[in-house]
Amino acid sequence: MSRGTLRQVLLITDGYSNAGEDPVAIAALAKEEGLSVNVIGIVEEEEMSERGIEEIRDIAASGGGVSQIVYAKQLSQTVQMVTKKAMSQTIYGVVNRELQQILGSDKELEDLAPEKRGQLMEVVEDLGETMDLDIVILVDTSASMKNKLPMVQEALIDLSVSLRSRNGTNNFTLYSFPGKRSDTDKLISWTTSFETLSGAFKKIAVSGVTPTGPAIQEAIRIFRKRAKKKGPGEDERFDLRETGM
Amino acid sequence: MNDSISGKQACKLSSNQIITGKWKKTQYEIIRELGCGATGSVYLARSARGLSALKISDDSMAITSEVNVLRQISRVQGPSLGPHFYETDDFASPRGILAFYTMEYIKGTPFLAFVRGRGPEWAGILTVQLLKDLHFLHKQGWIFGDLKPENLLAGEAPYHIRWIDPGGITKEGRSIKEYTEFFDRGYWGLGDRKAEASYDLFSVSMLLINTAYPGRFEKTQEKGTERLLEKTRDSERLVPFLPVIRKGLEGRYSNALEMREELLLLLQGASFRNVAAGRGATQKRMSPVSRQKRRQAAQVYAPGAKKVSRWSGVLETMVAASFLLILYILYLVGQTV
Repeated sequence: MSRGTLRQVLLITDGYSNAGEDPVAIAALAKEEGLSVNVIGIVEEEEMSERGIEEIRDIAASGGGVSQIVYAKQLSQTVQMVTKKAMSQTIYGVVNRELQQILGSDKELEDLAPEKRGQLMEVVEDLGETMDLDIVILVDTSASMKNKLPMVQEALIDLSVSLRSRNGTNNFTLYSFPGKRSDTDKLISWTTSFETLSGAFKKIAVSGVTPTGPAIQEAIRIFRKRAKKKGPGEDERFDLRETGM
Repeated sequence: MNDSISGKQACKLSSNQIITGKWKKTQYEIIRELGCGATGSVYLARSARGLSALKISDDSMAITSEVNVLRQISRVQGPSLGPHFYETDDFASPRGILAFYTMEYIKGTPFLAFVRGRGPEWAGILTVQLLKDLHFLHKQGWIFGDLKPENLLAGEAPYHIRWIDPGGITKEGRSIKEYTEFFDRGYWGLGDRKAEASYDLFSVSMLLINTAYPGRFEKTQEKGTERLLEKTRDSERLVPFLPVIRKGLEGRYSNALEMREELLLLLQGASFRNVAAGRGATQKRMSPVSRQKRRQAAQVYAPGAKKVSRWSGVLETMVAASFLLILYILYLVGQTV
């Protein structure tokens, strides 16, 4: 029996978008599609502008995801932390909505006494460990990212190690933005592990533009296409009744 | 995580600040900060019941999850070296609701500082103590996860190791909740992050390595095991531990007790003296071990010592032989007279 699939977008960037639609708006759209958009901003010694940091936070906030700004060196640990936190957060959010329906009130989980919250957290953690996970990874490959790409590659392999340790299955796909001729380029199609990642970033042509909005839009399209392939029913956001809540 | 850029200052409390729990109305006076981790800050606090350690965070999920772990571990009868759980509550700060919990305040010296101050032989002894507790934890179905010197204290005399941060404790079979790269086998390319006994035992090996390299070091292009064993061989202090460190790194111990036994045997042997070399006073402070046992271990683990004993044996035989010879000569002289 399927427990449903968590669907995440993981965006790795080092700065402000400068082409195409507003990424904050597209992230809000992604959230409506049942995705969560997580953003990791990489900096090297305080080089990122306030504006860039603000955009990163705003994208994650409107995309129902998690954001984190890190130094390139700490990327590996951050990527896996953000991914796991986003999973719990998504499940927590669904449990929360479900509760509101059951209780027929506008109460939030935060209004529950800490003891009750503890029981719910156990359910959330159980689901986080066992649900399937699909991630579309979008990597900013604008010129300023060039020397950070080896660390991005390492972090993604590390993410694969972390997720492999879960009980649920994982599927990744990797895109770069900007692409050679379009906004995005597919680097790796859906796969269950990233051990084959080496060399994926070699064929990248760096460019000056950062079309973050169009990249998120592409992620939405990718998930739609995948849902169609899997057939109806399979792509539904998970149903708590199935999980015994 | 780097606080300066990740915005974790959100829950900074100041000394003398009074915090009142939203649900239980307990009042806590903040005395000072004890530490700051990936998921929140820990403060020393005073309430009507006395001193406690108070962990507070804007991540209510993380706090709730840690409380679950502490509760379940406290429920189990037996010697837990972790802090006892007191209570959990919310604090309505001007910037929003923060979740917190309080636990026993454990006084002590951080692991590395203690070993530095009192002598390297303590590294082994504290680790033996730790392994016993880990075994107990593992038997209950829990894996410690984020095992590192910052999370370990040597309590006040009689010195005994205790752990202070439950943030990484994970149910066996799940994926490790929180870890630190240097102590993580995934980082060194030597395994995944599944919560199992061997994950913790890898970290124990790294803990020993850390005592010789307080500044730690990073991975290179080299294979993980090669790099770590090379570093172990390069340190005079670690060489005696090499067999145990290696088995820990390679995940060849099936449980913590097995590692403890082998480490104990090493500590009782000649290597103990090697480790303590250069510290004249340490000999006196050695735990009493039966002399025979010590000699056995010396023969097994110190080829140098073995050679010495063989030569002293030859010497003994020669002395005895010459003594007999003198007696015989005296006898002959007596007869001829």
